[in-house]
Amino acid sequence: MKKLIVLLAALTMTSYAHAENIAIVGGEVHTMTSQGVIENGTVLLSDGLIDSVLANGDVPDGYRVIDASGKVITPGFIGALTSLGLVEVSSSSGVVDASIEITPISKTGAALDVQYAINPDSSLIAITRLEGITSAATTLNRSDYLFGGQGAVINLEGHRIDGNSANASEFKSGQTPVLKSGAFMTVDAGSDGAELSGGSRASLWVMLDKVFEEAKQASDNLSPEKSWYGINSRLDVAALKRVVAGDMPLFMRADRAADIRQVIAFKDRHSSINVVLVHGVEAWRVAKELAGANIPVIIDPEYNLPGGFDQMGATLTNAARLHEAGVEIAIGMDTHNIRLAAQHAGNAVANGLPHETGLASLTSVPAKILGLEKEVGSLRQGARADVVIWSGDPLEVTEAAESIFIGGKAIKMESRQTKLRDRYMSLQQKKHTNPSQYERVE
Amino acid sequence: MKLTPTKLTLLLACTMSLLTAGCSKQADNDNAKAPKVTIDPNPYPSTYTPIEGQPTLITNVTILDGVGNRIENGSIYFADGKIQALAESGQTLEVPDETAVIDGTDKWVTPGIIDNHSHLGVYPSPSTRSHSDGNEMTNPVTAQVWAEHSVWPQDPGFGRALAGGVTSIQILPGSANLFGGRSVVLKNVPNRTMQDMKFPDAPYGMKMACGENPKRVYGQKGGPMTRMGNVAGYRQAWSDAQDYMRKWDKYETDYEAGKDAKAPKRDLKLETLAGVLNGDIRVHMHCYRADEMTVMMDVMQEFDYQIGTFHHAVESYKIADKLKENNVCSAMWADWWGFKMEAYDGIRENIPAVHAAGACAIVHSDSDLGIQRLNQEAAKAWSDGKRAGLDIPMKDAWTWLSANPAKSLGIFDKTGSLEKGKQADVVLWNGNPFSTYAKAEHVYIDGGLAYSLSDSTSWPVSDFELGQVGEGDTK
Repeated sequence: MKKLIVLLAALTMTSYAHAENIAIVGGEVHTMTSQGVIENGTVLLSDGLIDSVLANGDVPDGYRVIDASGKVITPGFIGALTSLGLVEVSSSSGVVDASIEITPISKTGAALDVQYAINPDSSLIAITRLEGITSAATTLNRSDYLFGGQGAVINLEGHRIDGNSANASEFKSGQTPVLKSGAFMTVDAGSDGAELSGGSRASLWVMLDKVFEEAKQASDNLSPEKSWYGINSRLDVAALKRVVAGDMPLFMRADRAADIRQVIAFKDRHSSINVVLVHGVEAWRVAKELAGANIPVIIDPEYNLPGGFDQMGATLTNAARLHEAGVEIAIGMDTHNIRLAAQHAGNAVANGLPHETGLASLTSVPAKILGLEKEVGSLRQGARADVVIWSGDPLEVTEAAESIFIGGKAIKMESRQTKLRDRYMSLQQKKHTNPSQYERVE
Repeated sequence: MKLTPTKLTLLLACTMSLLTAGCSKQADNDNAKAPKVTIDPNPYPSTYTPIEGQPTLITNVTILDGVGNRIENGSIYFADGKIQALAESGQTLEVPDETAVIDGTDKWVTPGIIDNHSHLGVYPSPSTRSHSDGNEMTNPVTAQVWAEHSVWPQDPGFGRALAGGVTSIQILPGSANLFGGRSVVLKNVPNRTMQDMKFPDAPYGMKMACGENPKRVYGQKGGPMTRMGNVAGYRQAWSDAQDYMRKWDKYETDYEAGKDAKAPKRDLKLETLAGVLNGDIRVHMHCYRADEMTVMMDVMQEFDYQIGTFHHAVESYKIADKLKENNVCSAMWADWWGFKMEAYDGIRENIPAVHAAGACAIVHSDSDLGIQRLNQEAAKAWSDGKRAGLDIPMKDAWTWLSANPAKSLGIFDKTGSLEKGKQADVVLWNGNPFSTYAKAEHVYIDGGLAYSLSDSTSWPVSDFELGQVGEGDTK
């Protein structure tokens, strides 16, 4: 057994072996750690990890130096809540792994697990990472169950854009896009959840309490030989036990202030559960209580319309008000355009959120929510070398990611979209000398 | 004397109107032909009245006039609802004593933003089924419906759009149908009725749709279920409209020739289609794919009408040359893509690529959130273009937000640029509007201050929001 572990470790190392040693020097480095912002910082990457972050640091021998003077350096952004890798085209285009109907494997939806459904070749991966997002929480966006199943955190290294598939040893070492499976579980604790529970919150909360009580009380080993009459399936129970243990955060979606108070009360009744509020349009109205209950919030800060009666208090100042009350905020809920999370955070900043908090909402806060704060979301020693060099303020719509490193490897700044752009810009300039499908741009 | 009902009515009417000379003359000419049947082209006229404004002078300000000029440290003066003058740095404008003078140092002035693709009011907030009035999904050809008859002016989205500097909006029917019905252009001053917001003398538009939506909606409901079915549907409808026009032409010719002509029965569907073929109504066509847009431009030649604007136009970058040749605008998002197959080839440089090819580019929203920051959409497209080597100055990029949508809607003679004599639809920004952090500080519509960032009493509160959580809050 020991041998096997050593072998596996070696294989894991080799997967990073071709990540060169890189020194990014001269930039304005937002570490998202207690080191704060370092002017003229030196960020050293080696073996796919962050080696050190220092002001005016010396560069040891053997490092490729990248001059980032005048640029801004951040950790790679994290898509806080997406369905990346689970959907290519949303509508009328075959199976979408981001949505699910009732199946026999589960009774409450807790057992569903997206880790098996990730497609690292999805065109969305390259399109998204080009804009500085290097990892993402991904999960089902539609389920006919009470729970939306277990989400995963993936890195966006994706497939090799140069066409080389992962070699056999990498495959054996288990190198997949999944950084963490069973990373969180989702549930709708608002109108949609009520719809799934017979049409009323009167059953939704009774049901939620009941399924968790059942999971707590059920034996750790529900074997097929023993009869089981639970509301949950056996597999649901196993998943919920991890939630009850606090290992898997429970993402509870609610907008109406009254629903959010119920979320807080739920957390009070089930104190071991690690609760995260999602969407939270009226969260600002319950901000102090959320801060007191230590519940972080994932929001869309641009949502300011009463789309329904649960959202009457919608305002662009939601993020700023939550922050002022001491609530931790993550920003970024989308899939095809999760790349716009930086614009969303920028608009939160335009409406009163401090700038550095805006950056944290895209990096360190989602990392912490997902239990990966040592691995991603900050430039700290030993973290994954997911690093972005920006042309300027990343929250400014006119600035862009210029260089991106995932696991220490420089990403080729290319996607299906850039190839389409290049083909047709070339054709338009040549006034259609070639049939378009013969057009190649190097 | 036996009286026919008609004569009886006439006699009574004449008696009550004290037997005027006209009555006796008409009564004498009993056998004269019926009056010519004409159709009122404007049965729901605008009752819009601008907010009363004060003569206003903004000085030391960066001005994008919306037609390709940028003035640093300039001044703009508007009064009586109209732009009166712009001045370069150092020039002084003579203004009356009662003029409000605003120091525009570090601020920017642009024409008001015009969104030519919105469903505010027809798909309002709250988005309940009771409010879902944007798609008459009962037949693939519903040219007879008018979006203005669905507009709910209490949609809080109007006020939110105003805070984003949007001064005029085209409200379109949805895209479920081949012919979705007429659009209406509104001045974005939220009020009691649609008519109170209706842009005076704006031409009508008509919504058409290519591609996936009609075939998805009607594929199991009698068709069309394919793209070829869609095209057959457009062609048959245009043919029917041509036939209808011939009937009316014959009626008018016969009438003028003194014949006892009988007017054709009005067909509201064909009347709108005939309005397009006559050039009175502008075509706004939802179309994503380059190949489909090209087919539609052939249909347009076949039936001799003009497509004003392709909306969404995610693949316009592939055929920007053809769009230019055919004088068709593209109304686009900066970066939406992938939500369906026909949106799969979206690229971030679509808008600047269309502009660079010399075709007409427009930034549109199709969204109650996107409409609140169309300046940011333009900024993204502008910077994406720049990085791809399409270096378009901001002063030209602003045509995407005001002048080009105004042209698309047929209101460029009235608004869409800061030129002397035009309606004073003006936005004062508290910084460079190509920045995430800039906000509209003042929004003027016809010279009246419709929104002020610092004055909460100037923020529209819809009836729906009164007495509810969040009433009057910062939105």
